[in-house]
Order: sequence, then C-alpha cells, then structure tokens
Amino acid sequence: MSQQTPAATDKAPRKINGREVANEIFNAPWLLTVLAVVASFVFGGILIAASNANVQSTAGYFFARPTDFLSAIWNAVYGAYEAMFRGSIWNFKGADIVAQLKPITETLAFATPITLSGLGLAVAFRSGLFNIGAKGQIIFGAMLSGWVGINLDLPFWIHFPLAVLAGIVGGALFGALVGFLKAATGANEVILTIMFNYVAALLLTYVLKTPILQAPGAINPVSAAVRDSAKFPAFSDQIRVHTGFVLMLICVVFVWWLLQRSSIGFQFRALGHNPNAARTAGINIGLTYVLVMAVSGALSGIAGATQVLGTEKFLTTGVAASFGFDAITVALLGRNKPWSVLAAGVLFGGLRAGAVTMQANQGVPIDIVLVVQSMIVLFIAAPPLVRAMFFLPKQKGAAK
Amino acid sequence: MKLELRGITKRFGSLVANDNVNLVAQPGQIHCLLGENGAGKSTLMNVLYGLYQPDGGEILLDDQVVKFAGPGDAMAAGIGMVHQHFMLIPVFTVAENVILGHEPTKRGGVLDLDAARKVVREVSDRFGFDIDPDALVGDLPVGVQQRVEIIKALIGDAKVLIFDEPTAVLTPQETDELMSIMKQLRDAGTAIVFITHKLREVKEVADKITVIRLGKVVGEANPESSANELASMMVGRAVDLDVEKAAPKLGASSFAVKNLNAWDHNGTKVLDDINLEIREGEILVIAGVQGNGQTELTEAIIGMHGKTTGSIELDGKELIGKSVKQVLDLGVGFVPEDRTEDGLVADFTIAENLMLDRSDRAPFAKGISLQLGVLKEFALAKLKEFDIRAQSIESTAAQLSGGNQQKVVLARELSRDLRLLVASQPTRGLDVGSIEFVHEQIVATRDKGIPVMIVATELDEATQLGDRIAVMYRGRVVGVVPADTPRSILGQMMAGISNTEAAA
Repeated sequence: MSQQTPAATDKAPRKINGREVANEIFNAPWLLTVLAVVASFVFGGILIAASNANVQSTAGYFFARPTDFLSAIWNAVYGAYEAMFRGSIWNFKGADIVAQLKPITETLAFATPITLSGLGLAVAFRSGLFNIGAKGQIIFGAMLSGWVGINLDLPFWIHFPLAVLAGIVGGALFGALVGFLKAATGANEVILTIMFNYVAALLLTYVLKTPILQAPGAINPVSAAVRDSAKFPAFSDQIRVHTGFVLMLICVVFVWWLLQRSSIGFQFRALGHNPNAARTAGINIGLTYVLVMAVSGALSGIAGATQVLGTEKFLTTGVAASFGFDAITVALLGRNKPWSVLAAGVLFGGLRAGAVTMQANQGVPIDIVLVVQSMIVLFIAAPPLVRAMFFLPKQKGAAK
Repeated sequence: MKLELRGITKRFGSLVANDNVNLVAQPGQIHCLLGENGAGKSTLMNVLYGLYQPDGGEILLDDQVVKFAGPGDAMAAGIGMVHQHFMLIPVFTVAENVILGHEPTKRGGVLDLDAARKVVREVSDRFGFDIDPDALVGDLPVGVQQRVEIIKALIGDAKVLIFDEPTAVLTPQETDELMSIMKQLRDAGTAIVFITHKLREVKEVADKITVIRLGKVVGEANPESSANELASMMVGRAVDLDVEKAAPKLGASSFAVKNLNAWDHNGTKVLDDINLEIREGEILVIAGVQGNGQTELTEAIIGMHGKTTGSIELDGKELIGKSVKQVLDLGVGFVPEDRTEDGLVADFTIAENLMLDRSDRAPFAKGISLQLGVLKEFALAKLKEFDIRAQSIESTAAQLSGGNQQKVVLARELSRDLRLLVASQPTRGLDVGSIEFVHEQIVATRDKGIPVMIVATELDEATQLGDRIAVMYRGRVVGVVPADTPRSILGQMMAGISNTEAAA
C-alpha cells in the first residue's frame, strides 16, 4: 500500500498530539542508540559481578546472609565503573589539576584515530560500499607517513605537511585500489578489504624487518623515531593527545561538508541509496567507487599518520591496534553522520582509556570493554530487542 | 456460492485503505471492482483472501459469516485467486505446479503425478485450455501461464474466483481469450470478482460494476455506461480520456536508429536489426507486449546497454559508444520504465531528485560546492509548474504517490534543453489525473519540435498518443504503421505477424 500524500493545499495547522510526539521520540534512532549503550553497560556490569571472586564466594552463603552477596556485587560493579570513569573522564583522586584532567586527554588521544577512521568508513557506508579495510588503510597511511617522517630531513614547515600528506596518499591509494578492482572486475569490496587487511599487516611486518623501515641495529620489528620536524605539535609534554586531534575535528567538518554540501558527496550518496538511479542519471559508477574508496582510505590514512607522527612517534606492527575494527562500530553507532561519529569516537576513546585504569585498579579484565563494545553493536543491529527490553511501543508501521 | 462483504474496514496506521466497503458477488455473475491504483482494491481482496485481517466488518459465504486466518482457510472455503504476479514455479511442470500445496499421494507417500495430470487434462478440456500437463511452466507464454493459475484455482474447487489485474501482462489477443474464459466460467456457475482499472475490459465482460475510490465504494455502475462516465466515477471528477493533440508539425528527421543489434550478457540476441527514425515534432510509439526488447532499445539509446552494434544518430551525432552522461549532455531526456528503481532515489528529497543528473554543474554547483539556494528556488518553481503535490520540497520521493513521483521525473528531464525525449511506459501505474497530465506534457514537448519516443504496452495509449506506431516482437520491429491502424491489426502485429499479413 503506497502512502497517500496529503495535498499541498492542506494548510490546516497540525495539531500537536501527545501520543504522536511520544511516538516520534520513541522512533528517533538516537534514543535507541543511547538505550543500546546503556543496556550494554548493564550487561557489562553483570559480567563484572559474575566474574568477581568476592561475589562468587558470597553467593555460596547467599541464603544465610544475602546482604554480603549484594554488597559484593555493588562493590565489584561500582568499583569497576568508578575506575573506568577515573580513567577516562576525571580523576577526582588526582594530586593536582593536571593529574585530575589527564584521563579526559587520554580519552581524546584514543578518540583521534578511531574517529578519523570511523569518518572514513562512514563515507564508504553512506555510498553503499561496505569498507572493512580501515585497518589496512591505517597501516598504509602510517607506513608512508612513518617513512617520510623518519628518513627525510627537512624543515618543519615542509616536513610535517609532507609526512601527513604521505599518510593521506597511502591510505587513499590503498583504498582506491579496492574501488578500482570492484569497478573493473565486479569483485566484492567486503572480501577485498578483509583480505587487504592481511596484506597490509604482513607487509608492515616485513618492512619493519628490513632496512626500509627497521631502526638501525634493532632486532625487533621497530622503526627509528620520527624526526621532530615531522611530529604533530604537542599541547604539553605531560599528555598524549596532540594537535592531530584538531586535524580530526577539521576532518569531521570536512566530511560533513563533503557529504551534505558538495556535488561529489551528492553523487556518493545517490550511489549509496540507489545505484540504478545514479547510473541512469549519468553518474559514472566505476569512477565513483574509486573516489569513494580513495576518500574513505585517505581518512584512515590520516588516522595512521596521527598515530605514528603524534602518539607513538615510531612505527611498530601494532600501529593500527584495534582501531580499524573499532571504527566500524563507531561508524555504525554514529549512523554514518559525521558529528555523531565524533560522539561515538569519543565514547570509544573513553572505553579504551577507562579499561586500562579498570584493569590496573580493580583487576577487571580489559576484555570486559570488548564485550561492552560488542553488545553495543548487537543491540544497535537489533532495535526490536532494545524496544522490548525498555518496554517501548512497537515502531510505527512495523506491523505491516 | 454467494460471496458478500459487509462493512469491511481496513486501516494502516492513520490511512484508511478500506472504509466500510460492501460488495456482493453472485454465482454466475462477473462482478467488476473498478478503481484507480491505490484506491484499495487489492487491500480489499487481500482481506477477503485472508492475507489481512479486517479492522471491521464481516465476510459472508452463502449468508454464513466466515473468518479466514490465512489463504489456506480461504481456499478451503472455495475462494480462488489469480494473482497479478503469478505464483508459479517456473522449473516445475504444469501438473506439479497445479498440485503444489495439496499433493495427491499414492500409498507410502509417493507423489501421484498421474492423478495430477488427469486433473489438469480434465479441467483443460472442459474449458478448452489446451495445456500439456508435462510442459515446464517457464517455457510457456504468459497467457498460458495464467491459465495454469486458473486451473490451480479451479481444482481447489473454487466457487468464487478473484482475478487481480489479470490483463497487465497479456497481449490484446490473450486478453480477449481470457475474457472468453471468464465468461465460460461464469456460465458454469462460478462467481467472479474481476479487479481492474481498464475500462474497455470492464465494459466487455462485467455484469455488475462496483467503483471504489480512496477506499470507499462510490457507487455501482451499469456496464452500458460510457468509458468517460466510468472514468469520472473512478476519479471523482469529469475526465476526458482522449488525448488532445493537433496534427504534428513535422520537421527534419533528427533521430535515426540503423541496423541496431544488441546482446544480453548471456550472449542472447535481444535486439535484432532495428531500423527506426523519428522526425522533429513527432511522437513514435514503440508498442508491444512487455519484454520484447523495448527495455533494451531504450537502454541502448541512453548508453546503458553493454554489447551493441549498428548506429543510433541524434542530430548527426553517433550515440553508440558514448557514456550515459555524454548522451544526456547531447540533449536526450529519459523517463525510465521503473521510476522508483531507475528514475528516483527514494530516500532523497524532491529537490535532490530534481538535480540528480545535473548535480555537478551550473546552476546547481559552483566548482564542487552545491548551490542549495539555487536548488531550492528551482525546486519550488518546478513544484508549482508540474503541480507536484507534496508537503514541501524537503519531502522524500518515497513519500509521494506514483503520479507525483512521475511528475518529479518529468520535471527533471523536461527542464533540460532537450533534443530527444525517450519515455518508457510513462503512465504505468498512474491514476487517471496524472495520466492526463503526463500525456499533456509529452504532447507539449512534441509541439516544441522535439522528436519523442514512447514505449507503450497498452494499445489505447499507443493509438492515442502516437503519430506513428512501431510494433516490436522478440527484439525485432515487426512494422511501423500509422496511429489509426485498427486494433485488431496492431494486436496481431504484437504477436509477431507482419502488418501486411495481418491486414490480409
């Protein structure tokens, strides 16, 4: 049944109906997103409690003294999440203001590459390309940035931009290759990007064991330090977050502009929503695949550059960490919208930063954070589940 | 068996698809349910068939209230349905398809195909269907496939038979044959409900007509009423079905297709030596049953068909080998057959859809920066000019009715500088009001001295709109004839008989 269109002549002011407003809120995806995050933390709390030794031992005499059991649960869960809060936002037990505020800077340090890469994936997802290759694209960006940053000796004003540009080019080319193969041969981009992640990771291991990038005299696969002239300027010596964070914010604005205000982004979105109509309208599909993947890869390439030129300052095989896969979740959580991706990126940065403190202070395994992250994905992918858990009314039209 | 629907109401959210509908189908009677697309005919039949549960009202069979939880119940009660899109399995034989769902078995659960064949032959002989029970359904022509559907319904002992838009896919001859089958069934005592929006068919077979509009029964009509009267009831205002157009002012022959051949990706020839030409200020209609190469012909013109040989010339410039964009830039306007699939991006706003093929150039883009202000003004102007009914230019295309979607496509294509307009089934699935509008726009385009090619599957549209008609059959052009060629000859040409033979 097609929807009937109210005639344009129908100018009667719409009555505001409380139920309708409530429905709109319940149907808004952001509420579901928030609820999914909340539900995941609750679930994480259950796991923390269940895996806690105190909780397990007090459960043995639950019927004798149930209060022991309940307070053990409270202590375990509260302790863990308090540690996470202190590790990611504000350490109220810190000695001075710098120590108190350091956690939030840690969060932003982690958020920088995750958000950049998440933006890249959002561009690809919006264009209908399921790019799983952020990891490989980060690695390629990091490799090229690293090589320029370590091996060239130039003044800052040339060296730094050149090193960042190398990262952009590295990611873009590695991404564009996928777009090209898809356009030319019809290969599936999901499989290509997954496989290219291995190619990139193994290539990085290889070049870190050869004189191309390995530090002179080193035995481990580690590069020499990046020259000072190629580093992202620091805010302060005491914190890890650096001016790469500012570049990330610029990228958020750029991606918003690209998708919403540029003709190229318009064609990306047209391709994503309806490739047939895009083709019929004269949009060159093959070329657009290549462009989408180049932009997507370039953003992950910048993520690689911020890691090697700002945070790590030298190159190891772990440069991409789990950022590539976190980025998928972040793009999903942010529903491929640049500003929401930023918010999701900061949340994930916080989880990363908090997990470290949580493990150090409370002995809660860092894997709990992975579970929470995974649960977020699960809940977002299954909106009816979240609706049922929070007793929200069914979505309008879902019964059709 | 007498079927009665009493006060049926069906709502989807705030939309009332059926509002207190009453209908009585008597045995030995063909009852036509006439209404535009979206009037609620199919919803009503789906309620009757147990696919939807009504929000109010009741269904009575021989004055007994019945309730159907699903199609199974409806079939068991003696209601059969011939769907618009056949529910057949192409790789099964006729007999296998017919017994699907209630397979007769021999002892030990062995399928009794002989019994199935016998039943098929029996029904086939009784109505003169001439169907081989062992033929694969996929190999049969559409008209015959439809008869398989009918047999399927009949052996389920259907006393009430519903035909849901059965003629959409048939040639005029096949339609005539279907009409006579329906009459035979009626004479054998079956109650028939015939759902359609085609007035000619209604006038031919109906014993009783119920007209439905916006979910409500607006009245019953006499089969002797004129087509214009019926259409007016259907639309709710006076309509004139005839396309008003003056004699064409022909200019130079600016568009020519010569020796065009095309193959699909399996290597099967889909266009076979096509030769056509269209003069400025002329409408050439490509008539034919769907799937005889019309789609491939338009794709070849627009530059989307892969393997082609021959030549397509517009203003002396060769189109073959050019990209879609280059073809559009040469002034080809294209209204695709499936507007939701190829013509529009459903999730985009009306404004965005209006610049879909010009998003990278002036006036909509400066460099690569979109000029949203310009777009807004353009969209507002087109909304008015093409009478697109929408809440705003920010409404998405998916929110529009079919007619308004088509107006968006036309507005986009006609606001470029055209040298040729290619429109594939431009009125398919549209309401009468939108059809009138689309026809007017097409004739106006012709009168600007632009050659126009229309692909039409309905003869009425072909003869009314066209200045000349080219009939296609299996990838070939059977002949090009004047628009006043009799229906019977056009019908035979659509079955592959050349016009000289057909006239003989």
